[in-house]
Amino acid sequence: MTTDTPRTLIDKIWQAHVVAEGAGGRALLYIDRHLLHDGSFQAFDQLHETGRAVRRPDLCFATPDHYVPTRPAGAAPIEARLADKIDALAQNTRTHRIRHVGIADARQGIVHVVGPEQGFTLPGVTLVCGDSHTSTHGALGALAFGIGASEVAHVLATQTLWQRRPAQMRITVDGRLGAGITAKDLILAIIAKIGSAGGVGHAIEYAGTAVRALDMEGRLTLCNMSIEAGARCGIVAPDDTTFDYLHGRALAPAGAAWDAALAHWRTLPTDAGARFDREVRLDGAAVEPMVTWGTSPQDAAPIGAVVPDPDAAPDATAKAGMAQALAYTGLRPGTPLSTVKVDRVFIGSCTNSRLSDLRAAAAVVRGRRALVPAFVAPGSGLVKAAAEAEGLDQVFLAAGFEWRASGCSMCVGMNGDLGLPGERVASTSNRNFEGRQGKGVRTHLMSPAMAAAAAVTGKFTDFRTLA
Amino acid sequence: MEPFVTLTASAVAFDLPNIDTDRIVPARFLHHPRAVGFGQFLFHDLRFDADGREIPGFVLNQAHGRAARILVAADNFACGSSREAAVWALAGFGIRAVIAPSFGDIFFENSFKNGLLTIRLPAADAARLRAAVAAHPGAPVSVDLPAQTVHGPDGAAFRFEIDGFKKECLLSGQDEIGLTLARADDIAAFEARRRAETPWL
Repeated sequence: MTTDTPRTLIDKIWQAHVVAEGAGGRALLYIDRHLLHDGSFQAFDQLHETGRAVRRPDLCFATPDHYVPTRPAGAAPIEARLADKIDALAQNTRTHRIRHVGIADARQGIVHVVGPEQGFTLPGVTLVCGDSHTSTHGALGALAFGIGASEVAHVLATQTLWQRRPAQMRITVDGRLGAGITAKDLILAIIAKIGSAGGVGHAIEYAGTAVRALDMEGRLTLCNMSIEAGARCGIVAPDDTTFDYLHGRALAPAGAAWDAALAHWRTLPTDAGARFDREVRLDGAAVEPMVTWGTSPQDAAPIGAVVPDPDAAPDATAKAGMAQALAYTGLRPGTPLSTVKVDRVFIGSCTNSRLSDLRAAAAVVRGRRALVPAFVAPGSGLVKAAAEAEGLDQVFLAAGFEWRASGCSMCVGMNGDLGLPGERVASTSNRNFEGRQGKGVRTHLMSPAMAAAAAVTGKFTDFRTLA
Repeated sequence: MEPFVTLTASAVAFDLPNIDTDRIVPARFLHHPRAVGFGQFLFHDLRFDADGREIPGFVLNQAHGRAARILVAADNFACGSSREAAVWALAGFGIRAVIAPSFGDIFFENSFKNGLLTIRLPAADAARLRAAVAAHPGAPVSVDLPAQTVHGPDGAAFRFEIDGFKKECLLSGQDEIGLTLARADDIAAFEARRRAETPWL
């Protein structure tokens, strides 16, 4: 390939990180940034069993999130099962001299919120974490993807990974999103269109005027759910929105280093004429507030729609999948989504727990009362503090919501925050899988404004009708 | 890692698409160390009722299911969470090969690091194999990694493609980290260049 061949953003980052070429079309990629959390203990165990050292502790960043209880500090002692994991991260990071923002630190939070917030995530880097939602960091123009425990151990020991270059898909969203329509609605519309396996084997670049118009928090939400479309990695080209967001953050380059980095970052966007393996287009203006009705993120529909009929499925496998999903969620085909009642509301997760998410939810909640149990878990200690500084906590508390501490909370079902069997939960998280929020719990994905509307009306409601 | 060469064994078929790794091993079991043996958690909430009793209708609780070493699945098997425990649960139960039209990308990578062979077959071939497995419970399915073939219980043969690097690792059972550490000079050279070209990193 000559240097004149138009290249994609992903091509440029990939090529700049190849350490060596291997058999079968694999490349040994250098990893610039490695995020660790309290679920990473198995990878440390693996490292210790083989007596290997961490090659570049300076390129790692750790904070506990998966096992962190979000009930107010001091409410009850942390159960041993959870505390063990939080302590193991503290111990492992101390042993290996890895930067650790611990549970008592004001900056602690969900690793995919804290990484960008601290400026650890940068454009043009390769970034990995033992968590599938690592795709989030592509919002800053990083090649970021989730890995398993063996790969975490591999990165700790070698600072590299063997990877096969993914196929590339460009999803172009032109037009403008309607008032109050968010990145969450957009990504649910994208997944409904291409399917939860639509991006398998691909990295996705999001482009188009509606994507460029998203602020950084919207882009983080968009890239976060790339994995729910089957793609390990989603990315948005860095631009002034990115640079304005990063400038001055704790771990971002400063001074002359910033200027040098910025000059490099401006060369990263995809060249005109670069080829993608697949192109998908959507009209941003057509995106409606979305909710899911099934047990896969692809089971998403506009709030004005009805529950679909498995008999209309394109093939027997899809029909079986839909029938199983509806049996689990307890919904009947033809039911208007706007009549479905909810039992509980969760606002949080690496998808939707940032300040703009909490503002959008608070705008709906203000002056109203939650009719069902509802709580908010901010994405980080800094998000929580910023929300409290502008009084959002009081808005939620006055409406009967609980205002929790930061962590993965009810998205991941492993830290004590769960729904009850059979409950229907309106959730701003990313997965409506069977049992994800507790055994028998029915999860429905939606934006923060939609979840807030569900809380104050007790059913799925187009938040725009509450204006 | 246990090498994989050939295998002839009982198989089970799962017809549902998009079986996610939360269903393969629910999150509430992930706090265990790997040494606990994750096979006991495989498809836990499909295998066991609320009192921990086996659900007789579930295929892995039937005689041919307990003996199964091969699983034939539908589209997008093991999508979702990156939890490697999904692979440990399958392997711990005794599953050594999973055949499907497509897999979650992270699971697909995790699998071969643990000696679990994941085979992609075209959707129509996978559907035919699932039907044959369902029609002949307990009948053997054969997987031959060197020849890259699968033979169904009805005698149908399918050829599959596999990344040469993965094939080597599976056949030899070699440790990937050891392989990479042998490239330490390449990594050090890259780091020197990286320091010069992108010093802000």
